[in-house]
Amino acid sequence: MTPDLIYGLTGMAVFGIGLVGALCAQDRLRRVLALKLCSVGAAFVLVVGAWREPPGAPDPVPHALVITGIVVMVSATAVALALIRRLQTLEAEDDA
Amino acid sequence: MMDAPLLPLFILLTSLLASPILFALPERAAGLRTSINLSMAALKVALVGWLSLKVAQGVIYDLRFEMLPGLEFKLQADPLAILFIALSAVLWLITTVYSVGYLEHGPHRARFFGFFSLCVAATVGIAMSGNLFTFLLFYELLTLATYPLVIHRGDAAALRAGRIYLIYTLAGGLVLLLGTLGLWVLAGTTDFTPGGVLADVAAETPLAAQLLFIVLIGALGVKAALFPFHAWLPIAMVAPAPVSALLHAVAVVKAGAFGIMRVVYEVFGIETAQELGLTAPLAVLAGITIIYGSLKAITQDDIKKRLAYSTVSQVSYITLGVALASPIAAVGALAHLIHQGLMKITMFMAAGNLAEGLGAKRVSQMDSVGRIMPGTMLAFTLAALAMIGLPPLAGFVSKWYLAQGGLDAGQDWVIALLLGSSLLNAIYFLPMLHRAWFRDAASDKAGAPGRPRIGWMLAAPPVTTAVLVLVAGGLANAPFSPLEWTRFIVAIEYQE
Amino acid sequence: MTLDLDMMMMAIFLPLFGAIAAFILPRAAALVGLVTLALTTGAVIALGLEVRQSGAVVLPLGGWGAPLGIDLRADGLSVAMLALTSAVGFLVSIAALDALKGADQARERQYFWPLWLLLLTGINGVYLSTDIFNLYVMIEVIALAAVGLTVLSATRAAVQAGLEYMYASILGALLFLMGVGFIYLQIGRLDFTGLMGAEPTAALIAAVALMFVGLALKTALFPLHLWLPAAHANATAPASALLSGLVVKAALYIVLRLAQYMPFPSETLLTLVGLMGAGAVIWGGIQALRAERLKLLVAWSTVAQIGLIFVAFARAGEVGLTESWKAAALLILAHGIAKAAMFLAAGRIKDEIGHDVIRDLDRAPVRPTLAQFTFALAAISLIGLPPSLGFIGKWSLMEGALVAGYWHWVAVTMLGTLLSVAYFSRVLSAFLRFDRIRTPVAEHQGWALADAAPLTLALTAIGLGLMAAPILRFIEIGYPFGAAL
Repeated sequence: MTPDLIYGLTGMAVFGIGLVGALCAQDRLRRVLALKLCSVGAAFVLVVGAWREPPGAPDPVPHALVITGIVVMVSATAVALALIRRLQTLEAEDDA
Repeated sequence: MMDAPLLPLFILLTSLLASPILFALPERAAGLRTSINLSMAALKVALVGWLSLKVAQGVIYDLRFEMLPGLEFKLQADPLAILFIALSAVLWLITTVYSVGYLEHGPHRARFFGFFSLCVAATVGIAMSGNLFTFLLFYELLTLATYPLVIHRGDAAALRAGRIYLIYTLAGGLVLLLGTLGLWVLAGTTDFTPGGVLADVAAETPLAAQLLFIVLIGALGVKAALFPFHAWLPIAMVAPAPVSALLHAVAVVKAGAFGIMRVVYEVFGIETAQELGLTAPLAVLAGITIIYGSLKAITQDDIKKRLAYSTVSQVSYITLGVALASPIAAVGALAHLIHQGLMKITMFMAAGNLAEGLGAKRVSQMDSVGRIMPGTMLAFTLAALAMIGLPPLAGFVSKWYLAQGGLDAGQDWVIALLLGSSLLNAIYFLPMLHRAWFRDAASDKAGAPGRPRIGWMLAAPPVTTAVLVLVAGGLANAPFSPLEWTRFIVAIEYQE
Repeated sequence: MTLDLDMMMMAIFLPLFGAIAAFILPRAAALVGLVTLALTTGAVIALGLEVRQSGAVVLPLGGWGAPLGIDLRADGLSVAMLALTSAVGFLVSIAALDALKGADQARERQYFWPLWLLLLTGINGVYLSTDIFNLYVMIEVIALAAVGLTVLSATRAAVQAGLEYMYASILGALLFLMGVGFIYLQIGRLDFTGLMGAEPTAALIAAVALMFVGLALKTALFPLHLWLPAAHANATAPASALLSGLVVKAALYIVLRLAQYMPFPSETLLTLVGLMGAGAVIWGGIQALRAERLKLLVAWSTVAQIGLIFVAFARAGEVGLTESWKAAALLILAHGIAKAAMFLAAGRIKDEIGHDVIRDLDRAPVRPTLAQFTFALAAISLIGLPPSLGFIGKWSLMEGALVAGYWHWVAVTMLGTLLSVAYFSRVLSAFLRFDRIRTPVAEHQGWALADAAPLTLALTAIGLGLMAAPILRFIEIGYPFGAAL
């Protein structure tokens, strides 16, 4: 088993765990975390794409992609968290 | 005389452009609305007159505009189109007068006349369509424009009837779409061409051609109220009288019958249709509809329903004439397209007057109405006698040619059918006439209502159309009579 | 030449700067928004003229060029989508001026414009991108802005729907990203040109399938549609119009591009796509028949219509796949315009009558005639009655299916048409019923300038049907992709 294969399979597994969580979890926060897991898994797979047979220099493109992906995911998480808070406030108001 | 290649377009636009203006007019601007209505209707009659003169001189009108690669929006003014436009233009004018009177104090007049105009535009478009694709566009427009008219009263009963109407006609439209597509895929053209465009297809794959015939005739048969697709027509009787008049005489059922003509003559071609073995079953179906409609009419007490079943029966004369595949029968069919329109519109307007003036909506309420409303009832009587086929009225002329055509085609049963139908016509019309003229309204609970108040706008139109019934029959052999024009068309369709 | 290339940059960056400006200057947000839209529309028109004259144009960003750098490219189809976005967006913006004018809507006013302009950036970006990673970034931008628009009204129902939308959107984007990763692993390229030349190995098909599932989630293809009805029905009317008219189209467009440039997957997969579409047509139709509120009905109709577009992809199998996209493109354009018109009209009806419970529409003494008329016109195009653009799209779909002998897709289309007649006529007959109210109805009440924008959209949806031939010629400019490179 080559390192890149291990890395890639790990990425897929992490993505899969996240996917199950995103689909099955009831708790709102849990679902956000599950989606974060998915994004980590996807990032793994992308990073494997940078792997080159040593001693070649790694391909820089996937790194750029992963960094972009992380930035995008951070903002998405922020929005999701803000919505969850907002919803909790509204629910609290309704219950009161 | 100057030549105007856009003349067909102008004729279409007189009602198509009037429609949005009429919608936009405020409800209270009744005077302005009436003048727009009448002037546009009169303008259309004038333009149609001009167009028919030009076409009789041999001028060819052909307007095209590409909508999809290879598929054109095409308007043409061939003699067959002229026949139908002339009918709708003249009857639009008369019905407009009638509607203005009928709806004088009714609600939603802006909407009514907007859709009324749109409905006429659709009918004119159907008449002038140069291919089945364009025909389909206007056919669907007609459905959409008539639906609000049918449910104009806006109550639960009207909406229920409207829903049934919509289901039948839109389903029919969808099947027509399928048929049009099928034609396009099979023949590579949807153009109406005398002699048809499917001869090659029919020779190669007769089954596909036969299927196409069934799909197209079935789709058109819905609007033409061909048995077993006729059920919507009596139900749609909830519409106001002028709408029923227009629906039965010009717009909807005629659009179906006219479409059957186009499909048989100019999509398949009469020879191809005959070779496919499909005209004979169609003739039988038309025959069944003729008898069935008449039988149902006898049992109806509601005047408008009786008239509606009578339409089911009478419109199928047209289909019968087409399906007999004889040039003489074709003359009868085409003449009946006009004659039935004139007769039926007279009767519906008269029925509307009875309902408006006397509140009489049932046959059993018709006792002695002739003495109270002699003009209206005279018109009704004339039209009814014409329907029965009394010479020399219009209905006789159609039946005469149909019968001759039946003999010509070697289908002798047609004679029996026509005699039987005339007998049935007599059975359901004569009692109405008898009540109207010869029975005393002794049992009238409401007492003598005195002179009904019906304005000239309601009284004059049925009398006018009744006179036309008389003229069309009596002067059938004069130049420019419907019958003469019909012979002109048949010469083209049969390529003689 | 430089000027023309700049038009693509402007179509993406003008709205971005506009969004920032509108956020910084909340008082002038509407003005900033309208000016930005006008300028963007101008750029799109200039781009369209350029494309019509000289074919597809390509702009290598930063001078790098594919496969390493990022290319922007505009061909007939891109410009048609950009034009759809600009035209619908501009008219919705005008309608928004009225819809958000209430005293209690200050907050909505403040956030609507920056979010909408950000959304425009993302949408225009999608239509000009030529590589799949760029597409991923753009659909994330769209997702963030679209969720913001969904929750604009800040009601509990809207926020709840917005959160569900957010989950679906992120998940969809991540599935897409995963697919992107796999594709890069296999062919080492991310641009369309690279994809076109790739061997259709099973692994590549799997990667594309992953991307497809992500997009299906974003465009709410049955059975992944669960988030859509609530999100579209609970947003404020202009936001709903943008979401239903434009946002789902971005994901659909990517599917369309994939259909154009991907190696042919297999007949089975394509049939599966068609079956999902058929499921959407039927299930969306049934739910629309059962919907109790007007906006919910319109939202379910979106589910059904999207299904029909996927049927268009599948309609002709392998034989017709190269042509299928045209029918789909026509349906996308038609739905974008008509659905925006319908949501705006539904919003107007709700504003005038005070509620949008379908059963009680005929009890209202006020009848917003023009809005109802607009609704009816939009319904004509959505049902696919002639001569609307929807009709032309449906015609192309059925024609292709008939030529290929795929009767089942013809049947699905006809069934969908009947269902749409049934559910729209529920609403239309309520407009025309008058016996359930005692007071006289003033039919011409409720005329307002606010009806102008939706009415224009609805009339456009119908009128464009007459222009179908030139539209088809235009969207074929620059196709296939390789021709311009």
